[in-house]
Amino acid sequence: MSLRLLIPLIAMSALLGLLFIGLGMNSRDLPSPLVGKPAPAFELEALEDSSRMLSEQDFIGEVALVNVWATWCSTCRAEKPLLMELAGGGIPIHAFNYRDERDAALRYLSVSDNPYRTIAYDPSGDAGIDWGVYATPETYVLDAEGIIRYKRIGPLNRQLLLDEVLPLVEKLRAEKLRDEQRRNEARSVATS
Amino acid sequence: MKRHLISSLMCVALWLVAWLLPAGLAMALAIGQPIEFESEAQKRQYDTLVRELRCTVCQSETIHESNAELAADMRRRVYEMTLAGHDAGAIVDFMVQRYGDYVRYRPPLQANTALLWASPFLLLLVGCIVWWRMIVGRKRMALRPEFTEQERTTLQRIRSGE
Repeated sequence: MSLRLLIPLIAMSALLGLLFIGLGMNSRDLPSPLVGKPAPAFELEALEDSSRMLSEQDFIGEVALVNVWATWCSTCRAEKPLLMELAGGGIPIHAFNYRDERDAALRYLSVSDNPYRTIAYDPSGDAGIDWGVYATPETYVLDAEGIIRYKRIGPLNRQLLLDEVLPLVEKLRAEKLRDEQRRNEARSVATS
Repeated sequence: MKRHLISSLMCVALWLVAWLLPAGLAMALAIGQPIEFESEAQKRQYDTLVRELRCTVCQSETIHESNAELAADMRRRVYEMTLAGHDAGAIVDFMVQRYGDYVRYRPPLQANTALLWASPFLLLLVGCIVWWRMIVGRKRMALRPEFTEQERTTLQRIRSGE
């Protein structure tokens, strides 16, 4: 008899438990299939100069961030001071100016800080689809070989930078250094 | 008299709104939607695909229903790829490579979705088991004699007021 009474209780608490876990989950935290893959190819005009074409090769070479932003995106504006700090700390930041107007974007950058090294102008969101952009702001971490190692959908914050982004950048830079040393050693062995 | 005039004017205005609003909405949906195809098959492929891909910003809508800009981009990409001769599978793969399995409104049957697909049948099974046990329990009750010997003597005692 007591067992019979216990069954609904157990079932109910299991259901409540599941619902409670569901409450804490963020439906926007989606795993990106692009993490671990090379940066998708694109060909876009530079924001500052419509005669200059940029491609993914312009983003590759160093461990770098790629930030997707627009002037109409207020969260992008909010996260820019953090990007300025990162750029000031020597981390190159490349960007897509996403579904924006060139004049508005240039005016915005001329009256405020510009943390970006290269900005690709993507007014129709073409590269956006290839890079799997959901909504601005988004930030990718590329390693020196141009492999996407991390993706953040939504704004960056200090905690996230300290916990995830900066340690990852450190790790990737160390990896790059190690690779270079190994290559140099191999070269010196080959020449001697 | 004046009040009459105002109320009848209001009526006309309401009628106008009721008639024009759906037309306006239909136009809003049609904006930016490609409609010209080279063949009937292409149109059919486009129409099914936009209903099978999820708008990843407004997560509970397909790109066919969504007004988000990303959905418009995705519709355009589906349209362009359809015109370029890609088949439905290739276009879905293209989107999955960029946005993950989540972009498919109908989840595929694979290892990590097996439980999702199996859950209705599992629930049905649980229901069947519960139902069967209840039937068996009732049958057992029906087979029992009305009262056991002990119950009958107890009843007898109660009845006689002991």
